[in-house]
Amino acid sequence: MFIAGCDVGSLSAKALIMKKGDVLASHVIFAKPEPEESAREVMDKALEKAGLSMKDIAYCVGTGYGRNSVPFADSVESEIICHGKGAQWLMPEVHMVIDIGGQDAKAIRLDDAGNIIRFAYNDRCASGTGRFLEVMAGAMGIALEDMGQISSRAKAPLSISNQCVVFAETEIISLINAGKELPEIVSGLHKSLAHRVAALARGIELDSEITMTGGVAKNSGMFAALEEALGVKLRKMTTDPQIIGALGAALIARQAADGNGKIRTA
Amino acid sequence: MIVAGCDVGSLTTKAVILNNTRVISHALIRSSFNPEKSASEVMDMAMNTAGLTMDDIGFCVGTGYGRERIPFVGKAVSEIACHAKGAHWLLPSVRTIIDIGGQDCKAIRIDETGNIVRFVTNDKCASGTGRFLEVMAKLLGLELEDLGKLSEQARNPITLAATCTAWAQAEVIMHLNTNTSKADLASGINQAMAARVAILAKSVGVEKDVCMTGGVAKNAGVVGAMEKQLGVPMRRLKLDPQVMGALGAAVFAKEKMGGK
Repeated sequence: MFIAGCDVGSLSAKALIMKKGDVLASHVIFAKPEPEESAREVMDKALEKAGLSMKDIAYCVGTGYGRNSVPFADSVESEIICHGKGAQWLMPEVHMVIDIGGQDAKAIRLDDAGNIIRFAYNDRCASGTGRFLEVMAGAMGIALEDMGQISSRAKAPLSISNQCVVFAETEIISLINAGKELPEIVSGLHKSLAHRVAALARGIELDSEITMTGGVAKNSGMFAALEEALGVKLRKMTTDPQIIGALGAALIARQAADGNGKIRTA
Repeated sequence: MIVAGCDVGSLTTKAVILNNTRVISHALIRSSFNPEKSASEVMDMAMNTAGLTMDDIGFCVGTGYGRERIPFVGKAVSEIACHAKGAHWLLPSVRTIIDIGGQDCKAIRIDETGNIVRFVTNDKCASGTGRFLEVMAKLLGLELEDLGKLSEQARNPITLAATCTAWAQAEVIMHLNTNTSKADLASGINQAMAARVAILAKSVGVEKDVCMTGGVAKNAGVVGAMEKQLGVPMRRLKLDPQVMGALGAAVFAKEKMGGK
């Protein structure tokens, strides 16, 4: 029996296909203007990798900001639950998940069974989300995915005094004009975002076993900055941290499929 | 006795020249990167209009974000004190002053003598400051000063769900893609701005009379929305609200010289 999870985020869409306890295939694409389109495209790509077609999927759970627009989802689940489930399935020792998404950030505390004890969430202020780095990368004319690499060359991170995305963007431009080096600026930005996300996480009390999910977790500079801001060594995901939401969705799909034995007919 | 006030803000630099109880000239320019240069330039403009030179100015007080770098001032005073002073000098019945600057916003409560009772300020978040409108005007391809006028033609103003400037920007882009009229967008933007500022104003306690200072006070859309949000009329000032900080600085200069 094949099951699937589809996570349609603001910046990227992810799909993952499982057979029993094994991950068969996963795929990530940049989000399209229409969430339906993102969902279809990313799922088709994942199915192609697995050598399957949609009719082979017994159950699919949709998650993410566009979860209600996943046309082939049998049910939907919040990203918070999915990230918690996915992370703990991969690393049972993990009891806290910090997920920085394209336009939100979450801190989630889990019990031993992967249930959520508490969570904190920010989607009100862009400065504590992936958007902060996205805007700054745009202002500096660098690619978002290069920021980790660039920051690794920093000797000493600069302090960015503005929190607000709009004000910080102006500050970055004047730092560039003042001849400051990119690595120092980028690592300063990581430190800045890490402090805000750490404050969010501290609001629900830290656990000693923490991992980081979401696309921003692939940024090694951000990962290290968050460790420093939290004062805790983070558990590094052994798989692509960006697909954890889709993984959690697939795990929930598995439970649902086991429960009702439903076989897709369409 | 001729005195002057100079207000170097993040976006604009202002000067007011006062002869006893009369404003004899005022000037306003866009701030350059160099506060010294902006201050000298605007001061020259105001003096030219009045037919004066620096030798005629008995005392000058500086204010605004660049106040420590104005070469010709005898004293620097905070913008909060200056806006309160200027507004109270023009309109003694005023008790609440809402000043929206280029990158901050302040709500100031004063007593009948013009002393500051309480104030709150936001300079951390661009939303609710002039910068919010600046970003939005640019997005709509409009001049900042056209946002107010245009909003008068709105039929179905949009409602912005987000407070954050970055998210609101994405919302406005979405509306632009669905061919929402710029007037409806402008009106929604002004209302969002007012909603944010009203929260700040309420936190200081709004007491009548109320007036607005700073450049945004010239935007009729924001002023009207503020009146609705707060349920009080905004008293209009008899001088460009944008030079209120500079006027307050000039009044401080007059007091320094011993004038009442």
